[in-house]
Amino acid sequence: PGRQSGSLRAPNPGKQTLLWLVEVVKPFSLLLFLFLVFHFSQRFTTVVPESCVLIILGLVLGGIVLIANKKQLYQLDPGLFFLFLLPTIVGDAGYFMPARFCLYGAKMAGVIDDNVEAGLMEFLLFGALISAVDPVAVLAVFEEVHVNEMLFIIVFGESLLNDAVTVVLYKVYISFVEVGPGNVLTADYFKGVASFLIVSIGGTLVGLIFAVILAFITRFTKKVRIIEPLFVFLLVYLAYLTAELFSLSAILSMTFCGIGCNKYVEANISQKSRTTVKYTMKTLASIAETIIFIFLGISAVDKSKWAWDTGLVSCTLIFIFVFRAMGVVGQTWILNKFRLIPLEKIDQVVMSYGGLRGAVAFALVVLLDGEQVKAKDYFVATTIVVVFFTVMFQGLTIKPLVKWLKVPRSTNRKPTINEEIHERAFDHILAAVEDIAGLSGYHHWRDKWEQFDKNYLSKLLMRKSVYCKSELWEAYQKINIRDAISVIDQGGNILTSARLSLPSMASRTSFPEVTNVTNYLRENGSGVCLDLQVIDTNPGAKVEEETETHHFLAGNLYKPRRRYQSPYSRHFMTLGDQERQDREVFQRNMRNRLESFKSTHYKRHKKDRSQKKARSHHRLSHLRLLLTPRVKPTKSQLKGELSEPEKDEDVGITFVARKAAETPKERPKSVPAALEVCQSPSVAPPSPTCGEKNLPWKEGIGALPPCVSVEATKIIPIDLQQAWNQSISSLESLASPPVPQEPQHPRVSALHRLSVPPRPPVPPPPSRAKFQFPAWKDEEEEGTLSQQHREMQPLMPSLRPPPPPPPPSSAQSSGKRRNPCVYLRSLVTTPPSGSMPHSRGPTQL
Amino acid sequence: MGSTSSTLSKIPNAEELSQETGFTSAHLARLFERFEALDKDKKGYLSPQDFEAIKELALNPICDRIIGAFFSSGQEMLDFSSFVRILAHFRPIDNNRPKEPNSPDPINSRINKLKFAFQLYDQDKDGKISRNELLQVLRAMLEKQVTEEQLESIADRTIQEADLDRDDAISFEEFRKSLEKVNIDHKMSIRFLR
Repeated sequence: PGRQSGSLRAPNPGKQTLLWLVEVVKPFSLLLFLFLVFHFSQRFTTVVPESCVLIILGLVLGGIVLIANKKQLYQLDPGLFFLFLLPTIVGDAGYFMPARFCLYGAKMAGVIDDNVEAGLMEFLLFGALISAVDPVAVLAVFEEVHVNEMLFIIVFGESLLNDAVTVVLYKVYISFVEVGPGNVLTADYFKGVASFLIVSIGGTLVGLIFAVILAFITRFTKKVRIIEPLFVFLLVYLAYLTAELFSLSAILSMTFCGIGCNKYVEANISQKSRTTVKYTMKTLASIAETIIFIFLGISAVDKSKWAWDTGLVSCTLIFIFVFRAMGVVGQTWILNKFRLIPLEKIDQVVMSYGGLRGAVAFALVVLLDGEQVKAKDYFVATTIVVVFFTVMFQGLTIKPLVKWLKVPRSTNRKPTINEEIHERAFDHILAAVEDIAGLSGYHHWRDKWEQFDKNYLSKLLMRKSVYCKSELWEAYQKINIRDAISVIDQGGNILTSARLSLPSMASRTSFPEVTNVTNYLRENGSGVCLDLQVIDTNPGAKVEEETETHHFLAGNLYKPRRRYQSPYSRHFMTLGDQERQDREVFQRNMRNRLESFKSTHYKRHKKDRSQKKARSHHRLSHLRLLLTPRVKPTKSQLKGELSEPEKDEDVGITFVARKAAETPKERPKSVPAALEVCQSPSVAPPSPTCGEKNLPWKEGIGALPPCVSVEATKIIPIDLQQAWNQSISSLESLASPPVPQEPQHPRVSALHRLSVPPRPPVPPPPSRAKFQFPAWKDEEEEGTLSQQHREMQPLMPSLRPPPPPPPPSSAQSSGKRRNPCVYLRSLVTTPPSGSMPHSRGPTQL
Repeated sequence: MGSTSSTLSKIPNAEELSQETGFTSAHLARLFERFEALDKDKKGYLSPQDFEAIKELALNPICDRIIGAFFSSGQEMLDFSSFVRILAHFRPIDNNRPKEPNSPDPINSRINKLKFAFQLYDQDKDGKISRNELLQVLRAMLEKQVTEEQLESIADRTIQEADLDRDDAISFEEFRKSLEKVNIDHKMSIRFLR
């Protein structure tokens, strides 16, 4: 919309003001409607497709402008359309197209339903441009209808290919028209066919070349994460432009670029970039789509551009319908001979009905040279009618139609890990059976391709670190994260009971007989686990009530401090270049969960604190130990560790972490005194308020049960590890005061404190020191400590292979023991990242 | 077709086989040719070695399982009718074929397809996929891409997810349930050429 300059030369002042108003109002109304449309899309677009709404909106807007100015100002500009709007939409669709199915789409090659209306070249030309199914319109309508994936891909793939066809036919006919019908030789027709092949194949090739380039570039962007999305956008767009430059099918080029590079690029770029790419693409696409449809509406109002001819219009409509249906039926018949699952009649109906014409046709028709093509105005009118009819009428009715025909809809269900595994096995089985039966079918070729991909392409285009990753493992992690998040979402409400059920699991209400986490953990050892299932105990009514009280207190009493904290930690996170927000949300929820868990678990009233202390402290320390990620602390971390202030929670409780190396002097001076009093037992005797921290549910803050096993950290990529550290750190030291001079791994520091040996000698090398026992300095608590020590020993060997004290008993085997609960492990290995939807965000105050 | 009928004549009880498996005679003729091609020594049956000689199959990570499935009865010989019967598992389910009410499930029914897949996991044939059995298959399929711990956690998770009766193993019923939403016909069928 950059062509408003002429608008101010309106004939009279009143009009001018009105016009000016329109000028001003336009962007706002656009915004408003965008907002409205998307906001109400849930309710409204169940009936009316967005594209219809937008076109109507465009009509209204255009009408206003026309009344104001007597002349249409805005029109869908083909240049703008082809250069900017179309690529964004196609790019989006191509990039996110499920690559596995693109074969089917390709199979539909050449679904051209030319409704050649007359012998005249001009009509041929018109037929070419009007017959093309429009990718934009198809996307807009079909995405909302949610037909099953295959149907969508067939129709969309067809519309993409039609672009090639349209462009070629259009150009061919244009040249024919220029030459004149009499002078066209038969050779020219062959040229036309040849150029169609060249255009589509060339476009595809250009796209693939750019895909390879893009994947290759992203392989080396590890140091410059910020420009990753830029590369993606630029190269995909470049693919489009390049193809356009050589008059190849730009849309095909772009689509194939997206499809081709997706796998490698996704693997190469960081999670953040992935999110950026995803959202930017979606945003741009939806903006472009909106603009296209609005402009379509606006342009339609302009009477001067078109001339009406009822015969032409009605004929075109009928022909479009009939030929489309004929084309679809004929071609699916051929296709079904080769397909494993034949396309049903219903599918055919939807396919023929889904032939929506859109902005491509309109832009092309506007591009026609009025000098050459005398009937241009008629064509424009007809095109508009056709576009409106297909988008509005068919778009409106396709949904009820799909429902009525009971077309299998796409499900948004994510596969479970079982399905993931078994389907993979099925693939292997089928490939093997094909080999045995001596067929070289789809699976055979897919296997071949996968081999090739694994042996050459991935090696060339992917980073070493990602290349070794397994898809199944990724899927596993994703599923785990999803579960964890949904668990948190479910239980995020503090006042709900501690009941959990994982969505991906068959109904399972409670976990049997795991009442003691400590025992449980010990049993399972390094198999790692803490599982959310463990939390799933059945609290009695009294306990529950108590829990609620606790939570209420916990939630309210400490708010101020938390609030103070969160900006700090956010800042802190930015230093670490980590995604903070989600993690924080996650942590808080987690904390709440665990608080509740603990309070229900220990079944203690807050008043008998002393009793509590003695007992809960063992468990906590176990948890704490398990919690500690085995990360080798670096020099700086070592230093940081010393300066880290104590956790507030262990004032009254002998906590392992506190024992060693108290270095109060190094505590940052910036910490508010009040906080310091509360949080550093070594500096001041616990203030009365500090007592509250000893409440078990308060300690819970620190002692997040998820435990990281050695192997779990091993497999996390470095940046994730860091993220994990930080998340854990904030989990643990939730209530600890800010430590400006210690930007990284506060968690590691806590860990390391554990590792400071009791006896004077220099701190041992980090790797060795990792799980050494903490120094027990606190004399008054000697008794409990040693007890604690004892209690912890069985755990140690499984945590760390060479244990400082030899393992007393059977703990060795625990690592391999079956461990039914692995959920939190996923939390551990992959901290939830930006892409995860969070419905609940306590941080966003 | 002359060649088809001549091949067919060599197949013992081709009629019944076609009835039972649903393969057309053209299918059978083609499979018989394949059978003979695999049977290098013209023994009249196939041995596991014949399967191992297939080049492409050797690349398959779970090829031994699949070969094992062909010789599930424990013997080392596979005659043509068993060969065809096993392959018939992978015929697409045909909807328009008239269903005879008294006839048992066709070989290519959903349940039989699942059973075939299940027995690949269940090596000791106790009707359950134990953790170990699952681990073995996973290990084969993932090769060196993941560590043992990762494998174990995947296996644990898998069993936990599917295991309804909490016996730490996946029974066939549980297996079927866990794949309830998967279009098995789609995923476990190949198009046999005519």
